[in-house]
Amino acid sequence: MTLNRIVVVGASAAGLAAAETLRREGYDGTLTLVGDEPLAPYDRPPLSKQLLSAEWEPERLTLRPAADLAALDLDLRLGVAATGLELADRTVRLADGSQVPYDGLIVATGVRPRKLPGEGAHVLRTLGDALTLRDQLAPGLRLVIVGAGFLGAEAAAVAWRLGAHVTLLEPAPVPLAHAVGTRVGELLTRAHVDRGIDLRCGVGVSEVTEDGVRLADGEVVEADEVLVAVGSRPNTEWLEGSGLPLGDGVVCDEYCEAARNVYAAGDVARWYNPLFGTSMRIEHRTNAAEQGMAAARNLFRPDARKPFAPVPYFWSDQYDMKIQAYGYLRGHDEVAVVEGDLAERRFVAAYRTGDRVAGALSVGMPPKVIRQWRQAIAAGTAWEEAVRVEAAVGEG
Amino acid sequence: MKVELEADKCVASGQCVVAAMDVFDQDDDGIAILLEETPAPELLDDVREAVAVCPAAAIRLVER
Repeated sequence: MTLNRIVVVGASAAGLAAAETLRREGYDGTLTLVGDEPLAPYDRPPLSKQLLSAEWEPERLTLRPAADLAALDLDLRLGVAATGLELADRTVRLADGSQVPYDGLIVATGVRPRKLPGEGAHVLRTLGDALTLRDQLAPGLRLVIVGAGFLGAEAAAVAWRLGAHVTLLEPAPVPLAHAVGTRVGELLTRAHVDRGIDLRCGVGVSEVTEDGVRLADGEVVEADEVLVAVGSRPNTEWLEGSGLPLGDGVVCDEYCEAARNVYAAGDVARWYNPLFGTSMRIEHRTNAAEQGMAAARNLFRPDARKPFAPVPYFWSDQYDMKIQAYGYLRGHDEVAVVEGDLAERRFVAAYRTGDRVAGALSVGMPPKVIRQWRQAIAAGTAWEEAVRVEAAVGEG
Repeated sequence: MKVELEADKCVASGQCVVAAMDVFDQDDDGIAILLEETPAPELLDDVREAVAVCPAAAIRLVER
C-alpha cells in the first residue's frame, strides 16, 4: 500500500525521531504530528536535573530549533490529545473533535506519573511539573519525596543542593534493588544518607494529606511540599477498545508493529527485543529516539524491515555521581563488580542473566571501560567468557 | 556540511561514538569530542544517526 498520510501521535523524543526519520528516508507525503502538550518537542531528562536546579531555563530543553522543525513540513497538532483510534477506518480521533485519516500510524504517547490518593502533591513529568516544583524549592523547605527510584533520587539531590530538608520515603527495603541489585542499590542509596537526607526504606505511603503524607501505619510525615515519584503508567487509554493489543503498553512484535501499518515507539511501546529474547518496555531517553527511528524505517520500508534489537542505555546524575547502565538489568541472576571498587564509588558492575552478560552499570569510570561492556552485551557474550577475560586483564 | 557540538549539553552517553566513531570521541569524563568538523560525505549518514540518537540533542549538522 502506498503511504500518503502518516500520523505520529506523541510529540516528544520518540515521536520527533519518527517524524525526522520519515523525512530523512524520503517520505514526502502528509506527516501529522500530534502532541497533547502545547509546547514544541522538548527534552525531559533535564527536568529533574538542570531545569529543576535552575541551572537551565526552559529554552535549553527545546529539542530542535524552530527552523529545523519547520523544515520537516509537518501538519503539527500541538495542545490536542488523541482520544481514539478506528483501526478499520484508519482514523485517529483528536480531543478537538477532528478526525485524522492515516495510511500509517506511529503511537508514541509515552507515560504519565503514577499518583497517590490525596491532593496537592507534585509529580515530575512535564516542563510545567518541573517549573511548579522548582518555584517552591528553597533553603529550609521541608520536602518529602515518595519513591527513591532514579527520578526521586535525582530530585532529592537537587533539592538537597538548594538547601531543602529532604525526607525520602521508599516502599522497598533497598531502593532500586529490583533494577540494579541489592549491593549496588545500597551503595547508590548511601549517597543520600551521607548528605543527611532522611531516607526511610520499607515505608508504605497511603495518602497525601494537607500536612504531608500519611504512612501505611498511620504516622504522618509533615512536609511543606510533597513529590510523588513512584513510577509511571503507559498512556494507552485512548486505544482501549480499538483492537490494538494492549498490556502494560502497546504490544508490538520485534519490528515494533502492533497491527498492520501501526507501530509504537518510546515509553509506551512494549515490544519483543530479540537481542534479549524477551518482551520489554523501556522508559529511557535513548530508547525513545532509537525506537522512533526504527519504527519509522520499518513502516516506510516494509520490504527492508529490521527487528529492533537495541542495547538499552540510561544514565542518572545524583550528587557527584554519574550512573550509566547498558543492557537489560531486570530479572538478573547475578551481579559481579568487574572493575574498580564499590566502596570508592568508582566501579563497573556486570549483570548475568542465564549464562550471558545482560547488563553493566558504571559509576565514575572512563567511557572506554563501559563501552567494552556494551559490546559484550550487544554480542551476547557468555558470562564465563566476559568475566574471565576481565579477570585476566585485571591481573595483567 | 558542518557538525556543531554543544559540549555543555553533553550527558556523556557515548551514543555519538557508537553511531559515528570516525567523527566523535569522548574525553575521560565521557564528554563528546568532535574529531571532524567537516566530515567526508561518506560519513554523513553516520553523523545524521548520531544527531538523531544523541539523548541531549547536543549535535547538529548544518549547511555551511
